[in-house]
Amino acid sequence: MKGTVLGIEGTAWNLSAAIVNEKDVIAEVSDMYRPPIGGIHPREAAQHHAKYASYVVKGVLEEARQKGVDASDIDAISFSQGPGLGACLRTVATAARMLAISLDVPLVGVNHCLAHVEVGRWKTPATDPVTLYVSGANSQVLAYRMGRYRVFGETLDIGLGNAFDKFARSAGLGHPGGPQIEQFAKNASNYIPLPYVVKGMDLSFSGLSTAATAALKDHSMEDVCYSFQETAFAMVVEVTERALAHTEKNEVLLAGGVGANTRLREMLDIMCTERGANFYVPEKRFMGDNGAMIAYLGLLMYDSGNVIDVENSHVNPNFRPDEVDVTWIPRDFEKGRHS
Amino acid sequence: MNLTNGAEAVVRVEGGVFIKERVSKSYRQKELDERIRKERTKAEARIISDARRAGVPTPIIYDIENSTIKMQYIDGIALKHVIDENLSEQIGVLVAELHAAGIVHGDLTTSNLILFNDKIYMIDFGLSFYEGSVEARGVDVHVLFRTFESTHRNHEKLIEAFCRGYRKEFEQADEVLERVKEIEKRGRYA
Repeated sequence: MKGTVLGIEGTAWNLSAAIVNEKDVIAEVSDMYRPPIGGIHPREAAQHHAKYASYVVKGVLEEARQKGVDASDIDAISFSQGPGLGACLRTVATAARMLAISLDVPLVGVNHCLAHVEVGRWKTPATDPVTLYVSGANSQVLAYRMGRYRVFGETLDIGLGNAFDKFARSAGLGHPGGPQIEQFAKNASNYIPLPYVVKGMDLSFSGLSTAATAALKDHSMEDVCYSFQETAFAMVVEVTERALAHTEKNEVLLAGGVGANTRLREMLDIMCTERGANFYVPEKRFMGDNGAMIAYLGLLMYDSGNVIDVENSHVNPNFRPDEVDVTWIPRDFEKGRHS
Repeated sequence: MNLTNGAEAVVRVEGGVFIKERVSKSYRQKELDERIRKERTKAEARIISDARRAGVPTPIIYDIENSTIKMQYIDGIALKHVIDENLSEQIGVLVAELHAAGIVHGDLTTSNLILFNDKIYMIDFGLSFYEGSVEARGVDVHVLFRTFESTHRNHEKLIEAFCRGYRKEFEQADEVLERVKEIEKRGRYA
């Protein structure tokens, strides 16, 4: 694999551009949309991205130039094509198209979820993991099998991070909710029963979030936060373990912003140790949304001929990871493995 | 004798009795862990009995204790080794009866269908639940078709035969089988 790719992420709150080659991240410049109150306002997030697009792109090109990589060295432009907030995706796609045309290089449309998986495979020793991807909007368990990343389980309603945020807003904790819930949970003394909803391999968090809010009437913030975390994390760890058993793989990779939670990591670590599997967590900068992961999957796709024309570069807010033809993993990758 | 253990339970056979025990997970908070194991054990036993009442041969439940079920050991041959069109049509009838009773199996494979005393038994209701939606039923049938495809050469004939049996006993069969095609296109539940 060879090449240099500039990638732009901007599916939600973080606008981030990065330049990578096969060896490492050469440069990365980000600017986050920070709502004055509450959660992400899609239109305001998109306006933020429009306002700062040239700043991050110029910044990343300048940073790369200082390291000896010029704009003329860039082989392709990649961007988050989805899933994400429509207005944000369109803004970022417009910037990517303009860059591709002006530099006269191919355009690569990247699935945001798969970028999380691939940056984890790049930056940890994981080679063929079951990935638990938990963020604000997404909660999925993914694994590669026969030319595609299959979704083994996913949320039927809202993402885990979003469930935390909804609860936090009702509880007056501010946004994002996860870190504050984690703090309160540390000083809990009781577990309160809350709805545990795993349907086959799928998850549901919306009722859990509502029940946690209702529980605040009779219980302390500490106990509710603790019980919410314990219940929600047990659900995702269970589905991850089932996917491990089903696929007979022996690695687990954690991805997404909720992966910053220490208790979630601890639970996954225990589960993996007991099953004899290896557990991998990338360093923090590659866990949440970042430009480097979009640039890196862009490089993998560019290198395997997976590029698109500007005319066919529409964004897809509901872009599923299992729609993507995985051109960058050789077909004989799963040697000896079947079923 | 130890049989294949899943992610959730360990199973063994003792003196013709099949014992399934949901094991404790140390990553889980203790009270939550106990609650989940107990609730699921109870629910599984109830679904096994309800399915039999609906006409689907299932193991007889002998005893339930905390997170352990003792039941009849169905010492037959898994359908994945012997399936043909005739048997596939019979499976269609059984799944129709199960779905009509509001039960979704959740893990329908030809390993969980056992030929015993000339009858087809359905086993392993560990992922089963009560639901009447077209989607849940569609996923159930889709999972079964996937095992046909991955392990049997004449899977198209088997699918046709299944559909014949399924339509015979279930009014909403067409709607479900239509959804199966849609689910297939989504490429999930691999």
